[in-house]
Amino acid sequence: MPPIESLPISPGAAVGLVALVAIVVANQRAGRTPWALPRWEHAFGLVGLCTILNGQYMGLFEAPRERMMGEVARILYVHVPSAWLTMVVFLFTFLFAVAFLFTGRKVFDQLVEATIEVGVVLAILLQCTGMLFAKPTWGMYWDWDPRLVSTAVMTLSFIGVLTLRSLVVDADQRATWTSVGAILASTSMAVTYYSVQWWRSVHQMQSSPDTVAKPIVLVLRINAFALLFLTVWFVARRWRIAAARAREDEAPPLPEEVLA
Amino acid sequence: MNEHAKRRLFALGALAIGGAALFWVSAGQMGEDLVYYWSPTELLEHGASAEGATVRIMGMVEPGSTEWSPSDQRLAFRITDGAQTIAVLGQGAPPQMFRDGIGVVVEGELGSDGVFHSDTVIVKHNNEYKPPAEGEMPEEVYKALMKDDPEAAQRASLAAQEGS
Repeated sequence: MPPIESLPISPGAAVGLVALVAIVVANQRAGRTPWALPRWEHAFGLVGLCTILNGQYMGLFEAPRERMMGEVARILYVHVPSAWLTMVVFLFTFLFAVAFLFTGRKVFDQLVEATIEVGVVLAILLQCTGMLFAKPTWGMYWDWDPRLVSTAVMTLSFIGVLTLRSLVVDADQRATWTSVGAILASTSMAVTYYSVQWWRSVHQMQSSPDTVAKPIVLVLRINAFALLFLTVWFVARRWRIAAARAREDEAPPLPEEVLA
Repeated sequence: MNEHAKRRLFALGALAIGGAALFWVSAGQMGEDLVYYWSPTELLEHGASAEGATVRIMGMVEPGSTEWSPSDQRLAFRITDGAQTIAVLGQGAPPQMFRDGIGVVVEGELGSDGVFHSDTVIVKHNNEYKPPAEGEMPEEVYKALMKDDPEAAQRASLAAQEGS
């Protein structure tokens, strides 16, 4: 495959242009002004999508092989960004949960719900790519290693919070218990992060730009920012659903004559 | 107590429990009690009592020590932590990242002959990610090692030369 600079147009830019044309066409069909913009979060989605296409192209075809792992190391460009974003999203879950319990504002409760769900999806992506990465390099999909176990515990904890949330009927109680659960589950996130420093593990310690060659760092950064934009998009979309559900719950029941 | 004050109490309670749990895990004895692997030195410190117990040990593959015989799938190599060296004997091909100078975790038991018998070899990579140096062929290292051609493996891996 040719390097991305020598392509007539990069894959991300091509998709971006098509999407912009599609927005104008859709606006025209719906009778809006052609340049009417959709909701702000879709801008994040579009930028994220275009960037991740370019980032993955660079990761697959342009970035160098790794001196120990060879071609297999290219899965880094999915595995490492999903690890970073899992941590970032669950950190926000923790902050939103604390903010909800101290202020009682419903928007924080909805953001807790949105971030936990997106975080769990990212954590599952993290562990699936991790397993696929581990088999050809370490030699096994899974072992009872501190890093792997703590990551699984973290994921299950947050899934547990979602389960708890779905079981509580009263809205106020549900919000309170979700946030309390999220704060407790956040403990496992900190343990996951520090597991490679506290215990002996097969998993390497956190890498830094000092331990990673420049061309690899560049492609990792591009993919990390792309996934960050996509994550903002996912969380915002999920938050809209949560907010709509909350409005529905609070709406007074329809009058008898309407139902009849 | 109104709803608001109650929530704040819940928040403080959850933060206290979470913080205490974290402190207990990080500052407690768990790091010493729960050990994923030993070093060769730690294993040999236990003397005869270590024989026969199933344990994991981690060390570097001693350059030039690997012997692989394809006919009976027998793998022999030595691992070292710098102070102590243990001979490892196992069945089956090691993972593809296996090479001279790399860290491995082996699971098995120490025999009375001083040889560690293990059928599970896990390769431990460090946190460095670098492109191959000029003339280095990552894919060839393993192939050469498995053909029992240590010299070809050395040629293909400049990292092993630098590291040793």
